[in-house]
Parts: sequence; C-alpha cells; structure tokens
Amino acid sequence: MIEINGVEIPDALMERFDKYCKDKGINEGERDRLLKEYAKFIQRSRYEPGEAVGVIAAQSISEPATQMTMRSYTMASTVGRLSKVTLGLPRLIEVFDARKTFERKMRIYPKKEYNNRESALEIASEIVEKKVSDIIEKSAIDLLDLRIELHLKDKYDSEQIKTLLEKKIKRIEVETHGHTIYVIPEKNGIKDLREIKLKILDINVGGIKGIEEAGVFQDENDNWVIETYGSNLKKIVEYDKIDHTRVYTNDIYEVEKVFGIEAARNVIAMEAKNTLDKQGLDVDVRHILMAADTMTADGKIKSVGRYGVSGSKGSVLARANFEETIKHLTRAAFRGEIDPLESIVENVMIGNVSPVGTGVVELGVDIEKIRKQKKK
Amino acid sequence: MSSIMENFLVPKHEIISEEEKVALLNKYKISLKQLPKILSSDPVVKVIGAKVGDVIKITRNEMEIGHTLYYRVVIKG
Repeated sequence: MIEINGVEIPDALMERFDKYCKDKGINEGERDRLLKEYAKFIQRSRYEPGEAVGVIAAQSISEPATQMTMRSYTMASTVGRLSKVTLGLPRLIEVFDARKTFERKMRIYPKKEYNNRESALEIASEIVEKKVSDIIEKSAIDLLDLRIELHLKDKYDSEQIKTLLEKKIKRIEVETHGHTIYVIPEKNGIKDLREIKLKILDINVGGIKGIEEAGVFQDENDNWVIETYGSNLKKIVEYDKIDHTRVYTNDIYEVEKVFGIEAARNVIAMEAKNTLDKQGLDVDVRHILMAADTMTADGKIKSVGRYGVSGSKGSVLARANFEETIKHLTRAAFRGEIDPLESIVENVMIGNVSPVGTGVVELGVDIEKIRKQKKK
Repeated sequence: MSSIMENFLVPKHEIISEEEKVALLNKYKISLKQLPKILSSDPVVKVIGAKVGDVIKITRNEMEIGHTLYYRVVIKG
C-alpha cells in the first residue's frame, strides 16, 4: 500500500492509476501532480467516521436482490456440467443465513501432470462414492433359506466384498459362490432380513464419502476441472492426484473446519458475489465483504438474522426491535438486563440523538486543565 | 497438515509481537476484547502455533481492492 499525503491508496486503485497514466502517456511531473489529486479524491470518497456502514451495506445488497428471479434451479447446463445447484435469491439467502443443509458443490483441479481429459475423467470416477448397491446387478431375499442374495457385477471380486461385509456388519455369515454372495444373518426374521439388506446396500466400497456425482469440463484457461455434486473437503484435500491449492467447495462449514475462519469468510464473500454476478447485478464487493466480516467476527460462523448477528446484539431494545419482540422483552425483564442505550436503534426508539454521523461526536471537557488555566 | 496454508482461500497469518500489539491497540484506541476473534481450535491457528491472547495479523488479498490488513485475537474455543 502506498501513502500519499497521509492517504493510503489501495493496491488495486494504484494499479488502475498506473494503467491510466501509461495509456494517456502522462510524464513524471504531471503524474506526481495527478497522484496528489487522486489521493485527495480517494480521501473524499471514503466513509467518514460515524457513517452507518451496516445499514448502507444491507440496503446495497438487498435492493438489487429484490430484482433477482425467484427461480431456484438453473435451466441450461453445458454437457458434463452439473445443474442441480441452487442459484439466485434462494442461494443468496442460504449464504447469509449460513444454512447447514443445501446443495453442496465442489470444484477440483487435477495436478499438472494429470491435466488432460482422460486423467480428469479417471480421477472423477475414482472420487465418486461407490456403495454396494452400485456394484451389484441385483439383490434378493431368499425366503426359503432365509438369506440375502447379492449378484455382483463381473469385474468385482466377491472375496473382497465378503471380508468387507464381515467387518462392517456384525453377527452375519457370508458365503461366496462365484459372483453370488449369500448373507446369512443370525437374526433371520423377515423384518430383520430386510433391514440388513438395506444396511448392506448402503455400505461404502470405494471413492470418497459424500461425493455423489462428478462431471469434467474445461475452464477458460484450458485447464480441466472436475465439478462434483456433494462435498467432502477433508478427504479431497488428502487425495494426492488433485491440486490442493485450488480446491473449492461451497460448504462454508466444511471450509471453516478444514481451512479455518478466514477461508470461510472468503467463501461467504465469493458465494454471495458470484450469485449476484450471475444474475447480472452489480453490487460493490465492499458491502459483501463487510457482511462476511461481521458473520465471522466472533471466530465462528454466525448467520445474519435472528439466531446470529442480530440475535446476539448487546442491547435488549435493539434485539426486541428486530424480531420476536415479546420474547426478548420478557426474557430481559426476567433476568434484569440493563440497556445502556449506546447504539443506534434504541436511541431512535426513545427519541435520543443516535450515535450516527455527527451524533457520534461528543464534547468532552477537561476540568483540570481549565482550573490550571484559571490559576495562571 | 501445513498444506492447508497453500490453498488460495487461506490468507497469510502471522503472530505479531507484544510491541506491535500495543501499537495496534493504541492506534485504534481499543482494547484486546474489541478485536475480531479467532478460535484456538482453528486449523490455521494450530499450524502457526498461536496461543490464547496472541494477535494474528492477516494479510488478505481482496478482490478488486488489493492487499489489506486484518487482525484477530486468539480466544479459547
């Protein structure tokens, strides 16, 4: 960051300035003079102390959001690309509400040596979760002998599956017969057989848990990318064929767990920005970044709303003003909470001067100094 | 697990010295409590080995803005 006359100029703005000077052919002396003016301009366009930036950010994000289409799924998709991911307003709400259940999606780049179509497809098929139900042709319950029959597909080894089944499910006997596996449970009521069959079909036999589908496509820079439906960041990062510096998932909680709170904050900002961009809405990143900063300020992810940022305000009146008025007021009365009236909303409510803008400034008098002056 | 530091989502984290900490708090005229927080269980905190009460300087590379500095204090959790 460069400082001109006490004004810090952000890198990106400096780059833009340099490019402008180069394009227009401005010489050294003129450039210095222009830079001083530029610094003044930047200083003027800054927020002043006391500006209610939170309200401005809220307005700047939600006004364009009202223009968003309510349609929640993409209509068009390129071949190989997945289309099941939520877009538009529903996605924006998911991000700011910090929801825990939503359509997860990952973006994985293979390592340089695997950067071709064949390898990418191979990796994609390796990471997709395979269950027993995916490797059998059919399964049946033999009511005569009270056992479960599994007919494996030709390329799988029945002995391997046998040991896996014995390890995963207790109190069963497994027999193999070529590509057919017979499972004989100890409890052999019909209901038990059905339950055990469902359990068997759900056993993971390969791939990474949670990755449901994977598609391969080429990005703008001709790199091969694997996009998956479903996400498991922890396992993917440990997987050795992929470029772990560029793994991306839209699950903020997973990112928080594996990469930490700062990365989660970046994902919140990126998800919100991308969602708005895809709808053709131009919201300044600064607003979104501030929302993301507020959501992660306590070291863990908080949603914007009743159970998160707004619900954890210090002032009783501010909380009651937002949602669930009666609940907050009764609880405060019950606990004997005190509202120091330090923030904006509560001062608006009781008709005081709010600490926004010029209201922030207070007059302080140093009585000691006045006394000394008088003595002189 | 230091490989997590190489991901593009993770900005640079550094522990700042005691003098820098005092200078920072004086500059913004705040107490340690008022800084944004980071949990001691955070994976990055574990990698750089920060302890509760340390202040971490985060050099972010923000989209459309460039490098910015951010500070978080490590809290128990």
